[in-house]
Amino acid sequence: MSLAAEVGPAGPTPARQPARSRSRRSRRTALLLLAPGALWLLVFFALPTVQLAATSLYDPSGSLETGYALTFHWQNYLDVLAVYRDQFLRSFLYAGIATVLALLLGYPLAYAIAFKSGRWKNLMLVLVIAPFFTSFLLRTLAWQAILADNGFVVDSLKAVGLVPTDGRLLATPVAVVTGLTYNFLPFMTLPLYASLEKIDHRLVEAAHDLYSSAFTAFRKVTLPLSMPGLVAGTLLTFIPAAGDYINAELLGTPKEYMIGNVIQSSFLVRLDFPQAAALSFLLMIAILVLVMAYVRRAGTEELV
Amino acid sequence: MTSRRPAPPGRPVPPGLSRRSFLRGLSAGALGLAGGGLLSACGVEAAQQTTDSCTSEDLSAEEAMLNFSNWTFYIDPIKAKDVSTLEAFQKRTGITVDYTTDISDNAAFFGKVRNQLADCQPTGRDLFVLTDWMAAKMIGLGWIQELDKANLPNVEANLLENLRSPGWDPERKYSVPWQSGLAGICYNSELTKEVGSFEELLTRADLKGKVTLLSEMPDTMAFMLRVVGADPSDFTADEFGQAIERLQQAVDSGQIRKFTGNEYTRELKSGNVVACEAWSGDVIQLQFEDPKYKFVVPEEGLALWSDNMIVPNKATHKANAETLMDYYYDPEVAAELAAWVNYICPVQGAKEAMTKFDKSLVDNQLIFPDESFLANTFVFMGLTSEQEQDYQTQFQQVIGA
Repeated sequence: MSLAAEVGPAGPTPARQPARSRSRRSRRTALLLLAPGALWLLVFFALPTVQLAATSLYDPSGSLETGYALTFHWQNYLDVLAVYRDQFLRSFLYAGIATVLALLLGYPLAYAIAFKSGRWKNLMLVLVIAPFFTSFLLRTLAWQAILADNGFVVDSLKAVGLVPTDGRLLATPVAVVTGLTYNFLPFMTLPLYASLEKIDHRLVEAAHDLYSSAFTAFRKVTLPLSMPGLVAGTLLTFIPAAGDYINAELLGTPKEYMIGNVIQSSFLVRLDFPQAAALSFLLMIAILVLVMAYVRRAGTEELV
Repeated sequence: MTSRRPAPPGRPVPPGLSRRSFLRGLSAGALGLAGGGLLSACGVEAAQQTTDSCTSEDLSAEEAMLNFSNWTFYIDPIKAKDVSTLEAFQKRTGITVDYTTDISDNAAFFGKVRNQLADCQPTGRDLFVLTDWMAAKMIGLGWIQELDKANLPNVEANLLENLRSPGWDPERKYSVPWQSGLAGICYNSELTKEVGSFEELLTRADLKGKVTLLSEMPDTMAFMLRVVGADPSDFTADEFGQAIERLQQAVDSGQIRKFTGNEYTRELKSGNVVACEAWSGDVIQLQFEDPKYKFVVPEEGLALWSDNMIVPNKATHKANAETLMDYYYDPEVAAELAAWVNYICPVQGAKEAMTKFDKSLVDNQLIFPDESFLANTFVFMGLTSEQEQDYQTQFQQVIGA
């Protein structure tokens, strides 16, 4: 939907003069309303992005002592890709699995809240958001306790043979993906709920009247109508999960580290700013490309 | 920096504001700003400072205050009954100390202050405590003020002999040790038998996946260098490469679960980890809770390190900072601090002072080591900035980042 549709003049009108001054005033209002957000984006997104892009092209032989020169050293990108390809692929793999798991968990949950919860609806929504009342870090640390080697989860799984007797859950890929799924589940559930909740139930009834089975009605009516929520939910889960490093840091080992861990260490420990910036930029571009391909395929133009 | 001005009032205004024209305007503005940003982004100046390029003013005479940044749990707490060493200092000298525990990691703290120090700007801190290699790096960058020895008579008299001339500050012109400590091995004696060496830690099959090492590069690499037969206080790039390779093998085989900071104590308590590389003071505190945790002097020896008090450029209370340093080198004060902190006390005479109020720790080699015990320790070589970046990169790539 474009702004023009709402604030533009509604075609030629007999009373030209008043309409024109109204449109001028409304245009100024629109600008004023947009200005704070635009300024915010400019100062805190556009400028730092340019700075980051410049940093990623610094001469890598620089150091803190000697300073860095901007030499358009594109090689930085190839260098980091060569060294950290594994962590890149792992980030997208883990984030992808976590997104699918969150969808499998979140869709039935959102469906139940939207259609079946009755007077418990508000309570259930609060419960979905409740984990946000504690910090992200604490929630992840709690998983360390839950998945501990001598904890009851591992013991029970060992008893039924799902985990080998000398195996463990903590410090494995399973733990990292579990942590990612858990931490981003509300981001999946809430947009799905918002979409599902808006669906007019009479449409589903109409489908039944036309002899569709429950499954067909879901596939042909409910699912397509919930697509905006599904797309928004998967994006809100996948994008932060791909850049996350807390879960890998706390629940994984060096073999599970993701690209976020590498970026963190390049900026803060190794102090290799060109490489760190190149990594950040690559991550941004990769996510952008994936998201654009996904949104195009999902065909939900009204979202963007 | 340029920015788009709003249209002057008298100009004709096109009807309506479409999203397209707004976006066009926005991107033009962004380009303008970005152009300005690009100009300022043409590289970064050198961070090196000298006494000429960055002079600091000392307002200690007028302002009786001090901003002191330290690590968490690194000073005796303020207690209801007794007076803490810091309170006593404030009473004795009239200097108000703003004590902050905002250091938990050398590298992260460096990231926090580097922009200011590289630009010769104040950090808001008069005194902070950093480990040898990081203190060495900051001194090398010219970010640290030289101390006035005339204000430090206690330090001159009581600093332990073997801490007086580290390679990176041979005359202790810039730094005074706060506490020293040892890195060795800690194991849980209820869950495993004694672990006597790093070689065992890296290879014993029953420890597989239940071992952590420290994420501080000098601590861990000192031992790895010993394992491959090199001297951590004097090694070549080749030897470092061999040590890294050895570490990589241990990571690949799944022997090592993790590289950690202080949080290895949590992993030990939960039983996830049964043996690890550990800092002496942590182990003493663990032993207060449960004597099943044992500290071992590995066959390879012990890594000795110090955390040092240093005064950054542009700190405005250097004389006050020196007063505090000197205060903590009074043996009585040092003994009280050591009784709580449990690391190696760098002050001669503190042991005798401690016998007066607490005999239980006096014979602990990890707090008051004797000559023969110290003969078994080694100190990590001071590194140039390039070496540090190179070695840190190799190390970080092995530990997964």
